[in-house]
Formats: sequence, C-alpha cells, structure tokens
Amino acid sequence: MSKIAAILKELENESIEILRETASGFKKPVMMYSIGKDSSVLLHLARKAFYPSPIPFPLLHIDTTWKFKEMISFRDRIAAETKSQLIVHTNQEGKASGINPFNTNASEYTRVMKTVALRQALDMHGFDAAIGGSRRDEEKSRAKERIFSVRDPGHRWNPREQRPELWRTYNTRLAPEQTMRVFPISDWTEADIWHYILQEGIEVNPLYFAKERPMVARGDQMIMVDDDRFQLRDDEKPTMKMVRFRTLGCYPLTAGVESTATTMEEIVEEVLQVKLSERATRLIDGENEDSMEKKKTEGYF
Amino acid sequence: MSGAIVRLLTCGSVDDGKSTLIGRLLVETDSIPHDTIGAARKVRRSGSTIPAGEIDFSLLTDGLEAEREQGITIDVAYRSMTLLDGKRLIISDAPGHEQYTRNMVVAASRADIGLVLIDAMKGVRTQTLRHLTICSLMGVSRIIIAINKLDAMDYKQEVFDAISADIQRAVARLDVADIHIVPLSALAGDNVVYPSTNMPWYKGQTLQDAIQSWQKPKDVSASGLMRIQMIARADNFRGVSGTVRRGTFTQGEEVTIFPSNQKATISSIVTFEKEINKADTDDAVTLVLTPEVDATRGDVIAVSKDDLVAADRFAAHVVWLNEEPLIHSRSYLMISGPSTTPAIITKIRHKIDVNTGEHISTDTLKMNEIGDVEVASDIPLVMRPYGDDREFGNFILVDRLTLKTVGAGMIRHSLRRSSNVTHQDYEVDKVQRSAQKNQKARVVWLTGLSGSGKSTIANALEKRLFAQGAHAYVLDGDNLRLGLNMDLGFTPEDRAENVRRVSEVAKLMVDSGLIVISALVSPFEVDRQRAKSIFEDGEFLEIFIDTPVEICRSRDPKGLYKKSAAGEIPNFTGVGQDYERPTHPDLVIDGTAPIEESVEKILKILL
Repeated sequence: MSKIAAILKELENESIEILRETASGFKKPVMMYSIGKDSSVLLHLARKAFYPSPIPFPLLHIDTTWKFKEMISFRDRIAAETKSQLIVHTNQEGKASGINPFNTNASEYTRVMKTVALRQALDMHGFDAAIGGSRRDEEKSRAKERIFSVRDPGHRWNPREQRPELWRTYNTRLAPEQTMRVFPISDWTEADIWHYILQEGIEVNPLYFAKERPMVARGDQMIMVDDDRFQLRDDEKPTMKMVRFRTLGCYPLTAGVESTATTMEEIVEEVLQVKLSERATRLIDGENEDSMEKKKTEGYF
Repeated sequence: MSGAIVRLLTCGSVDDGKSTLIGRLLVETDSIPHDTIGAARKVRRSGSTIPAGEIDFSLLTDGLEAEREQGITIDVAYRSMTLLDGKRLIISDAPGHEQYTRNMVVAASRADIGLVLIDAMKGVRTQTLRHLTICSLMGVSRIIIAINKLDAMDYKQEVFDAISADIQRAVARLDVADIHIVPLSALAGDNVVYPSTNMPWYKGQTLQDAIQSWQKPKDVSASGLMRIQMIARADNFRGVSGTVRRGTFTQGEEVTIFPSNQKATISSIVTFEKEINKADTDDAVTLVLTPEVDATRGDVIAVSKDDLVAADRFAAHVVWLNEEPLIHSRSYLMISGPSTTPAIITKIRHKIDVNTGEHISTDTLKMNEIGDVEVASDIPLVMRPYGDDREFGNFILVDRLTLKTVGAGMIRHSLRRSSNVTHQDYEVDKVQRSAQKNQKARVVWLTGLSGSGKSTIANALEKRLFAQGAHAYVLDGDNLRLGLNMDLGFTPEDRAENVRRVSEVAKLMVDSGLIVISALVSPFEVDRQRAKSIFEDGEFLEIFIDTPVEICRSRDPKGLYKKSAAGEIPNFTGVGQDYERPTHPDLVIDGTAPIEESVEKILKILL
C-alpha cells in the first residue's frame, strides 16, 4: 500500500468508528450536508459505516437560497441516488426580511441565514447531535475543536468549557438542553479529502471542475454570475473565464480560481501545488483574524 | 495498523520556544498554507521583537483569541503535517505548566511520541521531570528530548553533554526505554528538519529523523480482539460492528463473546466494497457470526480468551480533570470503549507527585492530581493492564449530574475476578416475599434539611402502614450514625458513604419484601441519584420535605442549629454546606403542612 493509501485507510477507520459511536450514543442525530466535497466524503463514510444497513440518520441542508444552481440539483440527485432522507431548511423570517449577500454585510448575512437557520432546524426537529464535515486544518480555532463537542443551551460553543477528550473513549452524554456537534473527519486535510475522492471514485459537484463560467472581478476575487439576482455594478460585465471552485457556498460570497483542471487527477495535482488555505476563497471569513471563533461561539459549524 | 500516521505530543512552554519549534517544523516541511505564513509576517504579539516581514513562527500554532492575548496556549490544539518521508504527523500541542497537567494528559493519551523541550539556557527543570513523568504514565512509546536555544549558548557541546547527563539521571526512575536527545535551535533552524552546520560535534538524528524513524511497537499477543460498537441489521442480515483493537480476525475462525462466554464462528466479514476474509488491526468492520449469538454493544469478541478477565474491582491510576475534586465513595459513570457502568473509587492509596514521582497519602484528588486508586464498577468489564494495552486499559469517569468528563483512568490490574463472587440465586425471590406480605416492596426516601420534619413524617407513616397490616421499617439517619455509620462524619465524602450504606441496607430490606422509609438529610443530588440507581424502576420514591430553613432553625429539635451558629458544626447542611434541592423528586411535601396531610399524600403514591 502506498503511504497515502495507508494514511487514508487509518483516517477512514477512525471516521467510521466515530460515526458508529454517534449512531449508538444519541437519540436523534443528523448529518449536515452542505453539498461540498467534505459532505460528499462524509456521506460516503456513513454509507460504509452502516452497510448493509441504511444510514440511520437524515441529512440536513441549510439552504440560504443563494447557493449555486448546480449545488441544488446535485444535492437532490445524490440524496435520491443514495436513498438518503434529506431535510432542507431555510430561515424564512430572514428571507422575508430581505437579507441578501449583496446588500447585507457578510457577517450579519451569515449569522441570520446560516447560524440562526441551523439553530432553528436543530430545535425544530429536536436533533441532539449534528455531524459536520469540519476539519482541524481549515482554520486555527478549529484546531482546538473536540471530535465530540458539547454545545450549551442555545447551541453556543464555549471553548473554555470543552470536555477533555482522551484516547478513543468518547463521552457522548448530554445534560438537559445540551446538544453535540460531531466531527468525524477532524484529522483529515484538504489533500486527504481529494485523494480519497479520487481513490474511492466519489462523485463531487461539477463546480469543482474547471469550466467556462460567467465571472466578474471584485477586488482580488472572481465571482460567478449564477443568476439574474446578481447586482452588477454599472461598469461590470460578466466575462467567460475558465474557472473552478475550491469550496462551495453562497455564489455571491464564493470566489472562483482560474484553473484548467477538468479531471479529478488534475484537481488533486493542483491542490497539492497551490499553497493557499482554502477558506481564503470564502469572502465571509477574512474580515478579521478571529472571525471563525466568534461565529462558532454563536453556533456556526 | 500501518503506522502511517504518527501522533506527537509537544511538552514545553512558550518560553522554551515550543510554538516556534512547531512553526518551524510546519514551514520547513511545507505544511502551512502560504497566506497563513503571510499573516505570520504581518501580525505581531504585543512586545514581540521579531522584525516585521520575518515569519513569527510561534503565531502559526496558537489558537483561541483569549489565549493569544495572554501569549500562551491553554488548551490542546491539533496540527497535521506530512513528513518528508510521506508519513503523516499529527501534533497535539498542550501547555506545559503544572496547572495544565490535565491538558497535557489529554494530549498524551493518543501520542506515540512525546517531544520534551528543554531551554539550553536553563537546563533540566522541574517541568522537565513533570513532562517525562506524564509521558511515561500515559504510555508514550518514544521520547524525544529537544535541547533548544543552543544558538544562545554558542552551540557548545559541553552545554549539551551536561544537560544530557542530567536527563539520563532523571529518566532512570521512569519506565521509558526509547529516548532520543537532539540539540537544536528552533529560532535559527538547526537540526529541526535540516542538519546543523553549527554543531559539527553532533552526529545524531535531526528532530524530523527522530520522528520518522519511530515504529509502532508490536503487540506481543496478537490474537484478535474487538468490542462491539453496534449491531448492524438489514433484511436477512445481522452483524456485529466494531473496530479491531488488536490482532486480526479471519473468516471461519472461532471466537468467544464476553461476558456471556458464548462461542461462534465468523461466517463472513462484511465491508461496503466486498466481503473480505481477514480484518486487520484498526479496521472498522462488521462480522457475521454463526450461530447468531445474543450479543450487544459493549460485549467483547476475542479469538483467544487466555488473557481476558471480566472484573469489577480494579487498581488504576486516575488523573483528575475537573475543578471539583474527586469524592471517595461517590458514584461516577465509568466509560470504557462502548461500555458504561456506574463506578466508585473505593480507595485512594496515594497520590503521585508529578514532579518527583513521590507517593503522598491523601483522601481526595484535586484537579491535575494523579492518584493510585481502587475502583469498583457495578458491572464487570473486560479490561487489560494499560501498560500492555492502551485501548483496553483506559477508561474515563463522568460526573453523573453535569455529565462532564472528570477523570481519566489507566488500569494497573484487576483486583479480583468477578466470577469469584457468584451471585446467589435464592429460590424465594423479592416478588414472592412481597406477595406474601400483600404489598409491593419499596423505598420511601425522605430528604430535606435537619428539622424539616423527616423523622416525624417517617414515624407517622410507619404507624399508618402498620395499622393497615403492611410491613414497614424506618431507617433513621441519626440512629444509624450510632451504629452502622458511627465511623462517618459530615464531610461530602462521608455523606456520600453514609447515603451509599443506607441505600444498600434499604436494598436488602426491599429484597426481603419490606417497605423501607429512610429519613436522611442526604443533601447531594448525585448521592441520591446513586442511591436510586441501585433499585429497580419505580421501587425508589424520592420525597422532598420542603421546609424553609428559618422554620427548621426555629424548630431545632436536636439543638443543632444553635451549635452550628456557635461554630461547633462546620459542615452543617443549610449553614456551612449547601443542600441541593432534588431536581426530579417523585413528590414534594410542604414541611409546614399538618403531618397527617403529608402522610396521606405519601400513601397515595405508595399504595
């Protein structure tokens, strides 16, 4: 076995163990499905963990209504093909109030349409554990996140009150009104995710592959004009560019990168060469140094 | 397991240049995104002397906001990087100060290698001894000692030699076989990833080489062992899922299931891709057993049962992780793999001074303290000594109320096989005894402040029951303290033991078919819950006699409030010690209401 295959095997084994622990330890778990590559890997791992039984929990997608069109069609198709139960939730009050990624500042938009929406969905269905695809290599405050991470009432993360987590002996007990976030792929890196997708032949969203897409430049970033809600400035005109996306989010907030990678092999090669942290292409994160930690304490994933 | 992933614990403080060393390792192995490095050229800590534009390596590893302000890491942070030979290194970074011993223990629990930093300007210090003790206790298989800041000592060999000699003396008392000592400079980049030209006298490995050359120790007894994590069910399918903790499982092999001792054959090993005929160590698999045995989560499947013992009494090392100290005799949840059972610490033999290894006698463990203890679990568990088997030798203790993880345990050995104490099955049982008396055996557990009216209500209740032809008996806290519990005082530990003994006596009496009325202050919720947990559902009625403390004080039937006010009783409930009101009592009685009314209320739920 090659080194990377051996590493992936160890990571996979551990993730499966965590998923099984979640299914056994909680009354009503749910798996976050954000349509991105990490979610695709998580879904694949869940199928493996419980095979030949079906996945014993539903998938939850928080839909801001501003996702790329190709994300939504992909989501519905994959859920059907894997026979998964899919729950889609949108913060309807937020939507009705007219909040949108063009006119609302990015952190308020994220808080209302993602963080609050997530809390609503978890409360509405009474989920006691939410499985997420966060990785410790994504961002500094995530490097301290537990695998089984307790949330206080109101879904708030209190980084000072984290439970010590030793060995592979997990404490899945919850006090009243606490909930759990579970991160089965904490130890994976971005490169691992791509290597694994390649090795396992996991289908990922077409947005990850380079294609001619209508783009406009905003500062250093390139944003795709995915539909006619895009608020073009007077001097802006979309031009077709060969572009792919490293992460998937709301289209007005997710920058594309110029690329010629059209196959999985080419993407893996590109990922290994480009040394830029992936969330750098997310416009909402970079506002200040500690923004992820702040969002997490409010209940963001 | 292939050992393709290596886990490394870093021990040392910011002053020793730990963050700088990890930062350097990350950058020199190209494991850090370039924009993050860019930020480390711009951002500066207050008081930093590193010129703008140069990388502040230490900024690459610190995490949370408040910690950054303080300039120290106070939690465990994890970092992944790829070594130049292709292996994955996962670094767990914990602070090195004594008040953060627990964080280091957490980080060490999975570490293969412990990296102990020594500042060459300071030499071996107390913290070095502490870090070595923790690495040894937690079963880290290799220790690398990095003598850092040699650039500040003109890269002198004498400095290195003197510190090395001190280390050899320090490790002599510890159980660590594999030690590497590397002279380096994290700041200047000597012997971290690249060999130094400044120390031609050193011919040994660089830090990276010392990490890369580590090999996973081979388990001497390699026969297959796993715990059942869950049962997999599908149409016409039933399998047991779990992770192979040791050895291998092969199709066709006979296995034993513990604790039931049933035998079965592995008819197939199922994975998502295909059926396989052999499952390796660390593989997460699903086994199909023939015949279909009755097995559940927490059961153990083993190829050879030679070295396996199910026990309910253990000697163990426990590291206390919680602000609230360990309470002797209090019931905690003991989690070991997928198994959970109530357990109590029956004895603290001594605590271990983490700096010197000295044994100190104690009756409690405070946060960060390490004790040599005896544990009693409610159900027997298959465990092995931690020194032989980290996976089957560890457990955690969880507080039953807050559900926080409060202790980490390493099994030393079992104190007795639970099979030595076989439970006597009497031919006449509790149900028959109760039926003969025409009643349902129960415990009426009255809790409340001293003077709340427990004893009065208990006696009135017994009279009423007696008049109705029922067989009841009162266990009064004060009376029991004259005999059975005469060795106990009123500290939280003693109160826990008091409640435990009374509940065990009540249990025997319930088993004999009686209605037991206990009148005990029992001020702590966990103790009452523990008492309840030993009874069957519905057998234990927790009744809270709710009387305002002012009224109790004015009644003062035993003159205790007066004595307490005079300072004669330090741990008096409601004065020097808190009374924790029951969170989910079966009944609340207003202690100021007429006695007969209260008795009626209790009879209503009792009969």
